[in-house]
Amino acid sequence: MDTRSFDNRAWLFVVPVLLFVLFSSLIPMMTVVNYSFQDTMGQNNFFWNGAGWFQNLLNPTTEVGQRFQGALVRNFAFSFTALALEIPLGIAVSLCIPKSGWQVGAVLVLIALPLLIPYNVVGTIWLLFSRTDIGLLGVFLGALGLPFNVTQNAGSAWFIIVLMDVWHWTSMVALLCYAGLKAIPDAYYQAARIDGANRWSVFRNIELPKLRKVLIIAMLLRFMGSFMIYTEPFTVTGGGPGEATSFLSIDLVKMALGQVDLGNAAAYSLVYNLITLTVCWVFFTYTTHVDQRDAA
Amino acid sequence: MSLVLDHIGYRRGDEALIADVSLELARGSMNVLLGPTLAGKTTLMRLMAGLDRPTSGRLIEDGTDVTGVPVKDRSVAMVYQQFVNYPTLSVYENIASPLRVQRLPRSEIEARVARAAKLMRLEPMLQRTPGQLSGGQQQRTALARALVKQARLVLLDEPLANLDYKLREELREELPRLFAETGAILVYATTEPTEALLLRGRTATLWQGRITQLGPTAQVYREPESLDAARVFSDPPLNELALRKSGTEMMLAGGRVIPAVGALSGLPDGEFRLGFRSDAVTLGDAGGDRLGFPGVVAVTEISGSESFVHVDVGAGTWVCLVEGLHGYEPGDRAEARLDLSRAFVFAADGRRVSADAPAPALRQSVPA
Amino acid sequence: MAQITLEGIGHAYGSGAARSGTDYALKPLHHVWEAGRAYALLGPSGCGKTTLLNIISGLVIPSEGRLLFDDRDVTRLPTEQRNIAQVFQFPVIYDTMTVAENLAFPLKNRGMAKPLIDRRVGEIAAMLDLTPHLGRRARGLTADAKQKISLGRGLVRSDVSAVLFDEPLTVIDPALKWELRSKLKVVHRALDLLMIYVTHDQVEALTFADKVVVMNDGRAVQIGTPAELFETPEHTFVGYFIGSPGMNLLRGEIAGTEVRVDGQVIPLGAAYPGLRPGQEVKVGIRPDYAVLSETGGLPVDIRRIDDLGRKRLAHVALGENRQTLVATVPHGMSVETGPGRVSFDPARTHLYVDERRVHGDSFSRGRAA
Repeated sequence: MDTRSFDNRAWLFVVPVLLFVLFSSLIPMMTVVNYSFQDTMGQNNFFWNGAGWFQNLLNPTTEVGQRFQGALVRNFAFSFTALALEIPLGIAVSLCIPKSGWQVGAVLVLIALPLLIPYNVVGTIWLLFSRTDIGLLGVFLGALGLPFNVTQNAGSAWFIIVLMDVWHWTSMVALLCYAGLKAIPDAYYQAARIDGANRWSVFRNIELPKLRKVLIIAMLLRFMGSFMIYTEPFTVTGGGPGEATSFLSIDLVKMALGQVDLGNAAAYSLVYNLITLTVCWVFFTYTTHVDQRDAA
Repeated sequence: MSLVLDHIGYRRGDEALIADVSLELARGSMNVLLGPTLAGKTTLMRLMAGLDRPTSGRLIEDGTDVTGVPVKDRSVAMVYQQFVNYPTLSVYENIASPLRVQRLPRSEIEARVARAAKLMRLEPMLQRTPGQLSGGQQQRTALARALVKQARLVLLDEPLANLDYKLREELREELPRLFAETGAILVYATTEPTEALLLRGRTATLWQGRITQLGPTAQVYREPESLDAARVFSDPPLNELALRKSGTEMMLAGGRVIPAVGALSGLPDGEFRLGFRSDAVTLGDAGGDRLGFPGVVAVTEISGSESFVHVDVGAGTWVCLVEGLHGYEPGDRAEARLDLSRAFVFAADGRRVSADAPAPALRQSVPA
Repeated sequence: MAQITLEGIGHAYGSGAARSGTDYALKPLHHVWEAGRAYALLGPSGCGKTTLLNIISGLVIPSEGRLLFDDRDVTRLPTEQRNIAQVFQFPVIYDTMTVAENLAFPLKNRGMAKPLIDRRVGEIAAMLDLTPHLGRRARGLTADAKQKISLGRGLVRSDVSAVLFDEPLTVIDPALKWELRSKLKVVHRALDLLMIYVTHDQVEALTFADKVVVMNDGRAVQIGTPAELFETPEHTFVGYFIGSPGMNLLRGEIAGTEVRVDGQVIPLGAAYPGLRPGQEVKVGIRPDYAVLSETGGLPVDIRRIDDLGRKRLAHVALGENRQTLVATVPHGMSVETGPGRVSFDPARTHLYVDERRVHGDSFSRGRAA
């Protein structure tokens, strides 16, 4: 029962946040929008370029268009792989966490450790770990006779980046799922035992449906995280070998800061942003729509 | 202090949650809002408190228009069906919280909390937190908090509904007395007719956002003015029988024809509906001039000393009161015997029509 | 179908051999639950009734005693091997399944053939008025309908030893409780299963059960039919807990076939040779059998009249210590506060020592004490 009273002055409390968002996001973003419609010959002389940069970007025959398309495909491939591994693994891990006792605290802290490490340090750890001369993993795989080399072999580079992301972020999925599992009343498990349900059936008919909302959040967060990944692959592979691990973010930084191609980079970043938003929005509206349809 | 609700209405979207409610609540009075779930009791209380602003009508406190004055500027205490306490504060601090807000001196707070804790029998638990209390103790804490506030308007929204019935019996006796001492206007919402009768005072029966009847509680019970009011004020549910009168005969639902007797003989021709409570109809030979309806027992509900036998008489299922504990089993044949003099007659539009009928007589029941 | 035997079943939480009587959540209990009967476990919260239910279902392993289903010792068997069904306080439904799939679930898990499942689900759905919902997803339904599904899942297996109910009507709208109580009663007759029903509500217990186990403070204080609990409460707690309001208890001293209460004399319907003259006792009489009268009976001070509509109750004070009791006002009697008289039905007046009823030698024939 909602017992709060309504008072328009409550909006005053939102003002500081609105101001903060204005200066931290809206104004910088408008600068980018500004760049995306203009060209420059240097000396701070800008002139109107209309949709030129965008046409360039979305045309796969241009050089920029090719770079963009390649990076976009790599991004989706990476996000898909990461989610496909992290979500099931996260659920599996959460199911193994004890529900009570002193072990709970210990296990949760251990699981949360990767989340506490700064992104560039994660990258450095895995960079060292995968080196074929001194890295434990690199040396081990080399000793097995596998052609493992992050700097020369695209497959190796992908392997290590995906592995790194799974190591870094499965914990978050697991913790979210654990919270979701803890919220299921005991009566459900008791009823399932009495109904003679087996372990798989309990998972399929109780745990998974009850985790649905949590999983939607986890998938959204992990999609956004993996789709915007930058620091860790940059540290480990620098986008290479060749363009093999050049994701949109890495390519964008190269273009904007390396080549100072402001117009192309601005259009690039806006389209990048738009794709992220669209995917999240479609995913979210679809799942909530399904929820409402079921509830009706 | 008095509180007047002047044609209060409350709409949300297209839905009228409260329609045209006018009430006058006097200082120190006990006012019962009786109605089933979703009848609008809580909504009406929220309007009285100033938690919501009515979409039409005025709220007048001691002659001053307080419509739209928010709850924090009014002198209101409210207790809910759920046990609402501050989970991290001790019982003492929970009770003291409204006084701390009022910035009363420490000695005054101590005195008032001690008094309220004594009345609510919470003295041994003052240092515990609500989580360490039983349901009854938690609700007594919430009640004590409402009590110390010494608010002019005290709203109790089904405060005992979530308690064991034994605890309910005890608190129901104490509550009106405790709050009456403060001189507050007391408004008590309940779904249970028996609770309304025990609280006495005045009762407003509420049905679909409207007040269907208002008056001294016992009078509303004995002389319901409409079918809606009678239904709301009957537990077990009101038994009903549709009939059509023509001349000296009455055709009952189900096809049976009986002569129009007693108060029924004075009715004009037309469609009517009889409404009678479980105590107007019994099983077996009860003496007196009763009308028999053969039927089949659906179930017997036993409450302590009484049995409520649900009998399917063809024209519907009636609840019949039988004194004592009786094991009528589902499927048994039985004759429901109706005391017509204790049935209310309603016209097709639901209004009571037997104004000329003698008041329902309290009969001496003759044991079989 | 089976009978369930409790052999000294008791439970104390925590561990350690040395226990005092107060450590027990459930004090050791002997009882036989007969096949096909309906029982209720009635008592206030914390009385041990849920612990007892969980011991039978296997969710709690008792710290002592043996539990037998027919002749099989199941004390330490896990729930799924016990062949029982249970309905919980709050609806437990499988969100992703339809109503029909929910009802079929316990049968499907046990490998019953599809046509048999369909027939049984159809029967149970018809009993609970769920037939129109069978094809719908369960998660969109109201709490009432969801609890009906839970009830249905509990009742769907015909081969269970017992069906256990843990306050199943808590979430049901008060207006629908009547209906579901009747449904349960009818279902019990139709299915012929042993049912055990936990509740703190006397109406639910007395209505549902052939026999009620009244529990208080971890102990079963009386096991009896509704009539026995009402007419001859064996413990003052039963007198208090059954009936609304509960039984009146007055302190007094036995004097032959009478009891003196503060100088007033209450006649008894039995002789109590086991009590010594002058011994302190409690007199228990239900408000239904203490009736205001115009002439006879004891003088009292009428302090308040409660008009409950179909009956009136008088709160009166008796004797110089002003012990209070509740008495019935006869229909048609006009009464006001102030001096009045109350007469007691001697055959329904009981004596209690140490909270337990003292059995006397009844004068009237045919009434077993």
